Amino acid sequence: MAVGNAKTLAKLVVVTLGMFGFGFALVPFYYKICEVTGINSGAEQSLAKNSHVDASRWVTLEFDANINAALPWQFKPVQRSLKVHPGELVQMEYEVVNTGDRPVVGRAVPSYGPARAAAFIKKIECFCFTPQTLAAGESRRMPVMFVLDPAMDPDIHTVTLSYTFFSVDGKTQADGLQEGASRG
Amino acid sequence: MSDAAHAHPGHHTHPTGIMRWLTTTNHKDIGTMYLWFALIMLFSAGSMALLIRTELFQPGLQLVHPDFFNQLTTMHGLIMIFGAIMPAFTGFANWQVPLMLGAPDMAFPRLNNWSFWLLPAAGLMLMSSFLLPGGAAAGGWTMYPPLFIQGGISYDLTILAVHIMGLSSIMGSINIITTILNMRAPGLTLMKMPMFCWTWLITAYLLIATMPVLAGAVTMLLTDRNFGTHFFNAAGGGDPVMFQHIFWFFGHPEVYILILPAFGIVSQIIPTFSRKPLFGYASMVYATASIAILSFIVWAHHMFAVGMPVAAQLFFMFSTMLIAVPTGVKVFNWVATMWKGSLTFETPMLFAIAFVCLFTIGGFSGLVLAMAPVDIQLQDTYYVVAHFHYVLVSGALFSIFAGIYYWLPKWTGHMYDERLGKLHFWLSVIGMNIVFFPMHFLGLAGMPRRIPDYALQFTEFNQIATVGAFIFGFSQLIFLTVVLKTIRGGAKAPARVWEGAEGLEWTVPSPAPYHTFEVAPVLSK
Repeated sequence: MAVGNAKTLAKLVVVTLGMFGFGFALVPFYYKICEVTGINSGAEQSLAKNSHVDASRWVTLEFDANINAALPWQFKPVQRSLKVHPGELVQMEYEVVNTGDRPVVGRAVPSYGPARAAAFIKKIECFCFTPQTLAAGESRRMPVMFVLDPAMDPDIHTVTLSYTFFSVDGKTQADGLQEGASRG
Repeated sequence: MSDAAHAHPGHHTHPTGIMRWLTTTNHKDIGTMYLWFALIMLFSAGSMALLIRTELFQPGLQLVHPDFFNQLTTMHGLIMIFGAIMPAFTGFANWQVPLMLGAPDMAFPRLNNWSFWLLPAAGLMLMSSFLLPGGAAAGGWTMYPPLFIQGGISYDLTILAVHIMGLSSIMGSINIITTILNMRAPGLTLMKMPMFCWTWLITAYLLIATMPVLAGAVTMLLTDRNFGTHFFNAAGGGDPVMFQHIFWFFGHPEVYILILPAFGIVSQIIPTFSRKPLFGYASMVYATASIAILSFIVWAHHMFAVGMPVAAQLFFMFSTMLIAVPTGVKVFNWVATMWKGSLTFETPMLFAIAFVCLFTIGGFSGLVLAMAPVDIQLQDTYYVVAHFHYVLVSGALFSIFAGIYYWLPKWTGHMYDERLGKLHFWLSVIGMNIVFFPMHFLGLAGMPRRIPDYALQFTEFNQIATVGAFIFGFSQLIFLTVVLKTIRGGAKAPARVWEGAEGLEWTVPSPAPYHTFEVAPVLSK
C-alpha cells in the first residue's frame, strides 16, 4: 500500500508542478489569443494602421483658439490652416501668453468640426493632455502632433481643430467676470 | 482524546504538552489544530468586519482612516478565505476522511503535520503586516495590479503568506486524494463512499489544479515588484488585465473549493436527520464533478467590466448560467431527501436547512450577476458583497457550524448543549440576514463596495446592516462557549450519536480513540 501511496504522490506532484508552469504559460498564451482575435492589441490606437499615406486626396486643416473669460491669457495657433494628405504626420504649434500678474494653471479642451471627424484624429502628443502652468508674463509654444486616419470619410474636405483654455484653479467663468469687473 | 492514547499499551510513547502538538502526525490531532486555527482566524477577521461595519454605521469618516479601512477589507477577505474557511474544511477532512473510509490515518502523516504548521506562520505574517510601516496590504483580497505592485513591504509579506498558504493546501490536498484513492476499507468502492469524501476528493483535485496557478500569478507580482519584470506593468509592455485573467482562472475554481466540502457536510447531515438515505447519490456525485469541471471555463464573468468582445461575454455568461443546472440538481436532491422523511430539528439539521435555503438565495443573486449587462451595472457594488456573503457565510460557514455540532459528540465523547446550540443558530441566522439582506438594496441603488464613506440616502440600510453585524458577530461567542463546554463535559455520547446516522465513523466509540481502524473494518453490507 505504501508503494501505491508513493506512486500517487509522485503523480500529484507532477500535476502540481505542471499547473505551476501552466500559470506562466498563460502569459504567452494570453498575448497570442489577443493577437489572433485582435483584442486588446492596441490596433485601434496604434499608428501602424494609420501610417499608410493616402496621397490621392487633400484635407484642409483649420486651427482655432479660444480662451475662457476667467483666464488672462492670449492664445493663438502659429498657422491658421494647413493642407495635408490623410495618413501624414501633422506637427503644429500653438502660442500662449499669460498677460496677467500671477501664475495661472489652464487646461485646453479640444473640439472638432465636423464632429464625425473626431474619431479619425489620432493624437500622439498634445498640450491638452496635461494642465499648463504659466508664470506671470510667460509665453510658451506648445506642440500638437497627430495623424488623420485614412479611413476618414472621403466627403470630409475640411477639418477644424478648436481648443479652448479653461482655468483649473477652481474659478468659474462667473468668478472670472466678477474679478474682472472689480479689477476694472 | 489524549486519555484515549493510553488505552493502547505497547505503542510508542507520545510527547506531552506543546511538543505533542508540534510533532503529532495523528490525523485527529491535526484535524483539531486545523479547526482551532480556523476559529481563531474567524474571530480575527470577524473583528475586522465589525470595525468595517462600525465605520459604515454613519456616512462620513468617523472611526478609521480610509487607508486603514482598505487594509481591513483586504485582510478580512484574505484571512476569512485562506485562514478560516479553507483550514476549517481541511480540519473536517483530517478528522472525518480516515474515519469514514476505515483508514488508520491519512496517507502521509508527516506531510500532514507540515501542511498544518505552515498555516500559523502564514497567519502570523498576515496579522503582523498591520504593524509594518504603511500598514497591511490595502489593494483588495484579489491583489490586482497596479495597486499591488505599488504598495510597501507588507505587500511582499502578503504575497509570501499566500504562497505559504497555497503550499499548505496543495500538500493537504495531495494527502487527501491519496488517502481516498488508496486507503479505503476493502469493499468500500468509490461509488459507496460517503458524499463528504466525494466532495473533498473533487475539491482536492481543484486545489492542486488551481493553487499552483495562483502561486504563479503572485510570483509574477513579486518579480514585478522586486526584480524589474513587467508581466503586469503597462509602462514596461505588460498588461494588468492579464493578472485578472490568471487570478480568476484560479479564483473561480476557488469559490467551489470553498463550497463543495460544504455540500459534502450537508449531504451527510440531511439524510441523518431525515432518517432516509441521500436521494440521488449518483446524481450528486456527477453534479459535483460537473460543477468542478465547469468552474474552469467561467472565470471571466468576474471581469465583464474590463472590456472583452461580445462573443466572449456571451460565452462566459452562458457557461456561468450552466452551473445553475448541477447546483439545482443538488438542491433538489437535498429537498427530496427531506421529503416524507422523519425529520427532527437538532442544531446540525437547523444549520443544514438554513444552508439549503440561504445558499440558494446566494446562488440566485449569482445568476443575476452572471448576466453581462446586469453585471456591468452591479460590478463592485454592495450587491456583489451581498451575493458572496450569502454563499460564504450562510453557505460555507453555516455548513462548518452544522458539521461541528454534528461530529463534536463523536470527537469529544460529550453531547453539546442543545439549548445553547439552538440559541446560537437562531441568533446567527437572524443576524446574518439582517447584515446581508439590505446589502442587495444598497447595491441595486449603486453603493460601491470597499469605500469607507457613502451618500446620505444609503444611511438607513447601512445602519440596519451594522446592527445585524453585531448581533451575528457576538452570537459567535455562544458558539465558542458551546464548544468549550462540550470539550469539558456534558452528557455521554454513544458510539452512534444520532439515531439516523449511517457510516463507519459511527462504529467507533465516542470519543473516537486516538488510533482507529488499525485493522481494516469489514463492511456490513
